[in-house]
Amino acid sequence: MFLAALGMTVISDSQRPDIRFADPTILEISTEDFMAAITEIPVTLSKDEILRYSRHLIMPEVGMEGQRKLKAARVLCIGTGGLGSPLALYLAAAGVGTLGLVDFDVVDYTNLQRQIIHSTADVGRKKLDSAADKLTAINPFLNLQKFDLRLSSENALELFRDFDIIADGTDNFPTRYLVNDACVLTGKPNVYGSIFRFEGQASVFATKDGPCYRCLYPEPPPPGLVPSCAEGGVLGILPGLVGVMQATEVIKLILGAGEPLIGRLLLIDALGMKFRELKLRKNPDCPVCGTHPTVTKLIDYNEFCGIRGEEKPVGAGLPEIQVEELKRRLDAKEDLFVLDVREPHEYQICNIGGHLIPLNDLPNRIHELDSSREIVVHCKMGGRSAKAVAFLQQSGFAKVHNLAGGITAWSERVDPNVPKY
Amino acid sequence: MLRPMSKIHIPTPLRQYVDKQSTVEVKCSTVGEAMSALVAKHPDLRRHLYTEEGKLRAFVNLYVNDEDIRYLQKEATAVKEGDNISIVPSIAGGAENALSPCHPERSEGSWFLLVVPD
Repeated sequence: MFLAALGMTVISDSQRPDIRFADPTILEISTEDFMAAITEIPVTLSKDEILRYSRHLIMPEVGMEGQRKLKAARVLCIGTGGLGSPLALYLAAAGVGTLGLVDFDVVDYTNLQRQIIHSTADVGRKKLDSAADKLTAINPFLNLQKFDLRLSSENALELFRDFDIIADGTDNFPTRYLVNDACVLTGKPNVYGSIFRFEGQASVFATKDGPCYRCLYPEPPPPGLVPSCAEGGVLGILPGLVGVMQATEVIKLILGAGEPLIGRLLLIDALGMKFRELKLRKNPDCPVCGTHPTVTKLIDYNEFCGIRGEEKPVGAGLPEIQVEELKRRLDAKEDLFVLDVREPHEYQICNIGGHLIPLNDLPNRIHELDSSREIVVHCKMGGRSAKAVAFLQQSGFAKVHNLAGGITAWSERVDPNVPKY
Repeated sequence: MLRPMSKIHIPTPLRQYVDKQSTVEVKCSTVGEAMSALVAKHPDLRRHLYTEEGKLRAFVNLYVNDEDIRYLQKEATAVKEGDNISIVPSIAGGAENALSPCHPERSEGSWFLLVVPD
């Protein structure tokens, strides 16, 4: 043990005790339980590691003991996008021993504005490979585990079992509920961060005595309410801010230091640079973490969130027109009215001269349209315009078509001078 | 009766319905009155916060200062002069296109809106 403290031995995986299920009869393990377990792990630091982490080691709040806890810890990051980028980078730099990454996506050019773990040369590569390069370059001592898969009800529980803390950097409601429920069912803390435009939220859910995501939001936005494409977008630095907060919470949980965001929801307003805090309570009637849970295994989260399968896209069954056909008919000076239902700021990026009425304004501005004329509706990719076509049909317009693929298809197949965004 | 003045914090996705304001001040003695005053002032907001039956939507959380009204007296919760009421929506942004089938145009961050009028 003395030698170990000097960092003279390295422990192998087979020697490492299982800190999650020290007592296999305990299904729910609190942060305190596993932090206590981490304390007892005879993980040691090499001379190189001692030098690398010296700024941690000279702080009494971390010290050798804390740094060994970090090395013993196993953290699973769901997603290596906006939130996952800073999160994984800082956890790797800080010396978290085992980092799991779950992602199946490929780096896209539009990711680079905020997903700082990926660089321009990585466009087209798997995010997992791109992230792995950066993380191991920062810290070669890192045990990195890549999971090239879509998190699902079938694989989440098994995946989570091998980790101590789950950091949720996902982008949609079904996966949020899936991560939450799987965390509750496996007894793993869920370090939560979420962003929208200029706003962020952060909390720590699913600890033994703390609330879970469902205590805060028992239900997702119900079916019948549709996602507004125009409402997307995010300030590039915001996921950085929130992802670093998640990293901070992960490290505090491992160290057992400070006051974690358990039972508190931090609201971040980047425009006002204001931080507010709301109290969260564990709901005794919570369907998953309450006293009489009704959700005792993972469910179909797309169904729960009212999202129908991809087999029935929004535009199914609506009259469509292809971009080549529109081009031909416009060139032939046919009487066609082109309606653009995107937002004004999108119109400024590029347009094909259509009459602009944003989708959400359409009900109030329908009088601007002449139902006797033939109307072609477009948006960016065809989703919003499909809703507009359906709405116009319900309102008595007989000659409306949806431009398949939107202005993006126009850019790809008709006029490459129209920028894609 | 002189009603106290409270400030309602509007989350980003709903600001477009309140002339882009981040807070709206209303005179009210309960949370319910505050919300009624808010949607009376800004009728476009109503369908985003209430169901057609006039019930507050289940995914809209309301707080008075830092307390969830579900654990107080719900919409009957009293408000005092200077209290802050917050509308806290569920947001899901984080890692674009990362983990589940999405609408092709649904980019990072989602907020659910009705597009067809009631």
